[in-house]
Amino acid sequence: MTFTSRWIAPGAALLVVGAVAAGCATAPTVDYDKVALEMIKGSFREQGQAKVDRLQQDEAQRICSGPAPAAADLKRIETAELATIKPPASGRYLGDWREGEKLAQNGRGMTWTDPAGAPAGGNCYNCHQMSKAEISFGTIGPSLYHYGKLRGVKDPADPAAAPIVQYTWGKIWNAKAYSACSEMPRFGHAKVLSEQQIQDLMALLLDPKSPVNQ
Amino acid sequence: MKRHLVLLAAGALIGASAAAQSSADEIAKYRAMLADGNPADLWEAKGEALWKQARGPKNASLQQCDLGRGPGVVKGAFVGLPRWFADTQRVQDLESRLLTCMQTLQGFDAAEIAKTPFGRGEQANIESLVAYVSAESRGMKFALPQAHPAERTMYEAGKRIFFYRAGPYDFACATCHSQEGKRIRLQDLPDLTQAKGAGAGFGAWPAYRVSSGELWGMQRRLNDCYRQQRFPYPGYASDATIALGVYMGVTAQGAESIAPALKR
Repeated sequence: MTFTSRWIAPGAALLVVGAVAAGCATAPTVDYDKVALEMIKGSFREQGQAKVDRLQQDEAQRICSGPAPAAADLKRIETAELATIKPPASGRYLGDWREGEKLAQNGRGMTWTDPAGAPAGGNCYNCHQMSKAEISFGTIGPSLYHYGKLRGVKDPADPAAAPIVQYTWGKIWNAKAYSACSEMPRFGHAKVLSEQQIQDLMALLLDPKSPVNQ
Repeated sequence: MKRHLVLLAAGALIGASAAAQSSADEIAKYRAMLADGNPADLWEAKGEALWKQARGPKNASLQQCDLGRGPGVVKGAFVGLPRWFADTQRVQDLESRLLTCMQTLQGFDAAEIAKTPFGRGEQANIESLVAYVSAESRGMKFALPQAHPAERTMYEAGKRIFFYRAGPYDFACATCHSQEGKRIRLQDLPDLTQAKGAGAGFGAWPAYRVSSGELWGMQRRLNDCYRQQRFPYPGYASDATIALGVYMGVTAQGAESIAPALKR
């Protein structure tokens, strides 16, 4: 099962379904991928900031919607997504972990009930354990408790910490660069979070004083 | 020193997960307590009265409505939906079928009702009707028909729609609902790709939602899922939502219906 990257001409899928419904003696082979795409196209409308262009898939979304994507496809996605990562313009990777904690708690943003242009939250606790104090955490992603500590980050500014600092920035910016079909949103690439917000989340994960590392 | 830290970390993890487990237990206890007098009963009673009441431009009741088991048969209808209906030449779920009956029997404008926001006007009446109709199949097992080619097409399309990743967050239904034992925050997520999870998830709606004090049908449940997926707005009773119902319902075949259930 793979989805075609463009919308098919309206009517093609209906013709097939129509033939089936009419009870032809020789049942035609139904292209379910096309039927599904046509159905998606016909079933949604825009509401608030959620426009119908959101239904259009990019290549990573399309390939990761099918069962058992080919290894070569995954590799190609990861290479392309890796190239999208922008390091902080200021060169500063870490912001304020207190702001990062607020962002991690905040699951708002980009739904049709959220005001357009309002800053989004990081959604972190929805899927990850982060600090010891917050017991209301999800389990879709791995626990990030002691994220920096377990990786031996004592001083994030130390050049020895640079590889883990840069990887963490990249993972938040575009998780698909490291795992093509990761469930995690591409927060920087999809412009969900600003550079400042990512810096604050970086501090939450890597600052030795952050509750994540206590 | 490093080993010491790892041990400490492991200890803290166990502590936190034990606390999370006990919160989940407390929530389960709270639900069990409330289930004793599920407020959905009130919607059921109102729905039964609405079913029998002559209403609409044609001043008729819904008692001749065919939900798939023949005109007027309510018992057992819910666990066979969505299914193919010859008169409309469509696969329909409970809510789209109620729209059909409200239009043909009572003279309401189905398109107008489909456009009405949840909880208002005739949409509020549909919430009562789905509570009543689903309750008439309580304890019965899901047995959606798949004999008609259009029903099989809806199943196959529904499966593809379930896994369709899109939007600014790259989410699909499958992002949250294709693994067993996962949670968002403390909320358990049913794995809707497996019989057990689909039975627990699909099989619980319509449900009374404690957090909002409302009775939600499957259409409203799916609508809010798509809102949180950051998708555009799924049309009420649109084919994509019905196809998802077929996919989940067929996956749940054999599971017992507990609708209308009680939810967070």
